[in-house]
Amino acid sequence: MTYIPISPNERDAMLKTVGVKSLDDLFDAVPKKHRFPELDLPPALTEMEAAAHLADMASSNENVREHLISFLGAGAYNHYIPSVVDHMLRRGEFYTAYTPYQPEISQGTLQAIFEYQSLMTNLTGMEVSNASHYDGATATAEAVSLAFAQFRGKRKKIVMSPTVHPQYREVIRTYSQGMRLEEAGDDASADLEVGPEALTSLIDESTMLVVVQYPDFFGRIHDYTKLIEDAHAKGALVCIVANPTALLMLKTPAEMGADIVVGEAQPFGIPLWYGGPYLGFFTTKKSYVHKMAGRLIGETVDSRGQRAYVLTLTSREQHIKRERATSNICTNQGLLALASAVYMSTLGKTGLQQVANLCYQKAHYAAEELSKIDGFGLCFSEPFFHEFALCCPKPAREVNEYLLDHGIFGGYALGNDYPSLENHILMAFTEMNSKQEIDTLIKVLKEME
Amino acid sequence: MAKIVEPTIFELSSPGRLGVTMPASDVPTTALPPRHLLRSELPLPELAEVDVVRHYMKLSKFNYSVDDGFYPLGSCTMKYNPKINEDTCRLPGFLYTHPLQPIETVQGNLVLMFELQEWLKEISGFVGVTLQPAAGAHGEFTGVLMMAAYHKSRNDSKRTRILIPDTAHGTNPASAGMLGISVLTIPSDARGNVDLKALAAACDDTVVGMMLTNPNTLGMFDENIEQVVKMVKDCGGLMYGDGANLNALLGIVRPGDLGFDIMHFNLHKTFSVPHGGGGPGSGPVGVSERLLDFLPSPLVGIVKEADDETAPLYGFVTPKQSIGRMKAFHGHFGGGLVRAYTYISMHGPDGLKDISQYAVLNANYLQVKLRGTYKIPYDRICMHEFVAEGQFEGSDIRALDIAKRLMDYNFHPPTNYFPLIVHEALMIEPTETENKDTLDRFAEALIKISEEAKTSPELLHNAPHITPFGRMDEVKAARELVLCCWLPENYDSLP
Amino acid sequence: MNVPSNLKYTKSDEWFDPSNGTIGITDFAQSQLSDIVFVELLVEEGEEVTVGKAIASVESVKASAEIYAPAAGKISAVNKGLSDKPETLNSDPFGEGWMIKIEGGSAGDVMDSAAYEKYCEERAH
Repeated sequence: MTYIPISPNERDAMLKTVGVKSLDDLFDAVPKKHRFPELDLPPALTEMEAAAHLADMASSNENVREHLISFLGAGAYNHYIPSVVDHMLRRGEFYTAYTPYQPEISQGTLQAIFEYQSLMTNLTGMEVSNASHYDGATATAEAVSLAFAQFRGKRKKIVMSPTVHPQYREVIRTYSQGMRLEEAGDDASADLEVGPEALTSLIDESTMLVVVQYPDFFGRIHDYTKLIEDAHAKGALVCIVANPTALLMLKTPAEMGADIVVGEAQPFGIPLWYGGPYLGFFTTKKSYVHKMAGRLIGETVDSRGQRAYVLTLTSREQHIKRERATSNICTNQGLLALASAVYMSTLGKTGLQQVANLCYQKAHYAAEELSKIDGFGLCFSEPFFHEFALCCPKPAREVNEYLLDHGIFGGYALGNDYPSLENHILMAFTEMNSKQEIDTLIKVLKEME
Repeated sequence: MAKIVEPTIFELSSPGRLGVTMPASDVPTTALPPRHLLRSELPLPELAEVDVVRHYMKLSKFNYSVDDGFYPLGSCTMKYNPKINEDTCRLPGFLYTHPLQPIETVQGNLVLMFELQEWLKEISGFVGVTLQPAAGAHGEFTGVLMMAAYHKSRNDSKRTRILIPDTAHGTNPASAGMLGISVLTIPSDARGNVDLKALAAACDDTVVGMMLTNPNTLGMFDENIEQVVKMVKDCGGLMYGDGANLNALLGIVRPGDLGFDIMHFNLHKTFSVPHGGGGPGSGPVGVSERLLDFLPSPLVGIVKEADDETAPLYGFVTPKQSIGRMKAFHGHFGGGLVRAYTYISMHGPDGLKDISQYAVLNANYLQVKLRGTYKIPYDRICMHEFVAEGQFEGSDIRALDIAKRLMDYNFHPPTNYFPLIVHEALMIEPTETENKDTLDRFAEALIKISEEAKTSPELLHNAPHITPFGRMDEVKAARELVLCCWLPENYDSLP
Repeated sequence: MNVPSNLKYTKSDEWFDPSNGTIGITDFAQSQLSDIVFVELLVEEGEEVTVGKAIASVESVKASAEIYAPAAGKISAVNKGLSDKPETLNSDPFGEGWMIKIEGGSAGDVMDSAAYEKYCEERAH
């Protein structure tokens, strides 16, 4: 079926107005030998058939709500999403609108994104937030671009902790191919037990940016205040990749002195959706706003004296600055920024604090109980939030396979990225994991041979 | 003080109000981390659910959307978004699968991605497709990275320039700029084609390639396209196609057949993924044989062939000389790929061709209706869009005034001031999902506005009049830079 | 439009004062850019500049531009206050809105005020 609202009679009248005989006659500019290829695609389905076909595909997956107990995290988290969120997203006024280039008829999107920016600055403690990036990984890569632009290419060294999400580090390497950067610290075979101070010796006068994660990839909570002081003493900027749920409880990166705070806001009202689309947040200090990529919404007044909002500082962006722009980004994750704003508003301060506390409590209960099982233990001793590396008596892959046979996604096998952690599983806990689920995990692991 | 039409979510907050709350903890309590690791306050709003709903409902009514009416934004393809997409992308099996699940547990997702890769290849004539890029610009960056990697793999280090026509979207030069590749702008000729003389002069062994949007942003299909491609390839360059205007080409011609090496798809334009007020988009990239090995990792492939008893096993594969990963995980699966898959499966080969034929018919119909009232600087059969000049002889009315006045007639304005080579450009893309009545009413409105421009120009200068908001003070926004708000009780403690 | 007769001008709308080495953008440039909201000086005191080198980046509400050195020499002063008050470029491009001063400056391809005035008129349609 199609969605073309033109009858054959209307079509013929229109063709006559245009002055051609048939629809095919509109394409004379296309080289004849390549014109109108026969596409080898399945025949069209009706809506009823498509709905059934897609439902079949979806139900052939095993998912973390209906089939399996899951302790998978590692950058994507299974949280409860209040019903209100999707009801608001399904408003056609929001999801079928374009980028708010015409502010007179886009104040809904503009004010909602302005509020999203405000929620993110209040959460991180930073001064400005943009309207979002594709995901946490690309937001982190854009932090590198900001630093590169800020030093105008005169500083070329980036110091990156090996405990930043491995995929984020990969994306940074992809993005920075044209910058010819010197990279330090990004070594997965380094000693992972040492704290952030290990990075200090790598920071020098050529360092443009230091990138660390909070809590780090293994869930550990570090206070980066001293590291940031050391970096600033050398003139370098510091970017913290933060988990927004953890920020509901923990000291803000702004209090530690961070220059840029980015991260993945998927935990705030966005479904797992097999990895996307998610929501990269990007916050920084006001002094870097002109080097920050992405859309930005500012407050103003309209010709009738009403408070209103507009896209502002657009001359930084690609459509005006072209090859001199910091980034080529033009979309943001508008609808998902709205999702996270509705999520934060609906739970509110109290509900959000409850979410953070539940994540923390469940993870600590699980850690306590898992440590009691022979051969199992926590890999690191630092405080953690809702995720930790569990050391197992045999390769993580085998443990995960065993758990899957019992209907459990154990977690992320760390040996994929860290050669020294072959027997380690990264496990995440949220408000969605009941005590019963955790107890099942414990029971099943106790029975493992 | 400016008048507040709708307070912010922070202004609506009242300490102690509760929205959705969480269940009590069912596990023994553990002490929180030491105090110095905790935040001292959480300055976020406190509201009841009904407060939140009424706030966002009110905001939604300030928006104009495709569901409200005609949205002829040139090069943005604001077509109707079928409602079934909204249901399929929210099927629990898609919503609740984690990106790091073992592949054996997500075969449904992987089959969908694999088939979508195959379909996009077939539609475009390419031999490889990555679904990873998150948006069109992200796809462009992916493409430029592959172009650079291709030349590097051949130890061809002389190539430092990329050729981009003067009609190109700003993202094209910006994508090149991200890799430090310099941009050489190629002018268009009087018929809106690439100027072949200028192209010939630019083609040498320093050329990385050319980034071409075809049909271009004038809505013109390049009449010399095969020659353009040949010239770029003869000098060793790669041919990049910007797929922003693919809505004109489905079942009409395949860019791969024309000799293009790379093209990004905008699933949010051509394949009905809604624009969401600015995103998320989805920007898969197709490539020719010689770029297959450079695709970003990972791709979806068959990792274990089928045998008599079992179906093939789908999983992830990494191309040999991959440029690396473009984002975390696998692309905009739920919001982008599932919707596009649904849409393509409902159209089939004939339906896809209908899309482009009617998109082109609608554009030509409008072009004819406006010819004579508005100057059309490149006036021949257009593809899915065309560009008119928003100015009149002896009048100080500008494209911006016309755009704003259109809002009073309940239409979204066309793209204005783009492409840059047309004075006071109004770039109009009706899409295939508009009926004749709408197009007639839109043309009538534009003709009426052209009369108003003569008889009562102030009506245009001060437009819009019937919208909830008037024109904005953009200078104030940029100079005063108020980029966020706070809880009312916190304003006093701010610097 | 103001085109002081004692200055030299470039095709990219910078001015150069041969008597003291001061450099800035012209009245025509600021009016074309409209409301300027951001200025970043790309060079520092003591640096040597060559003709055509980008010395500043300017952004207005609707446009952005690079500013190029109309003359070569060693930079003796930069207008540090400009980044806090970018609107000065609109209000006083030949005075408070100066950008840098150079010593021993030798001008590149510049024109006198009469030629520049004509050049501007040609471009205003």
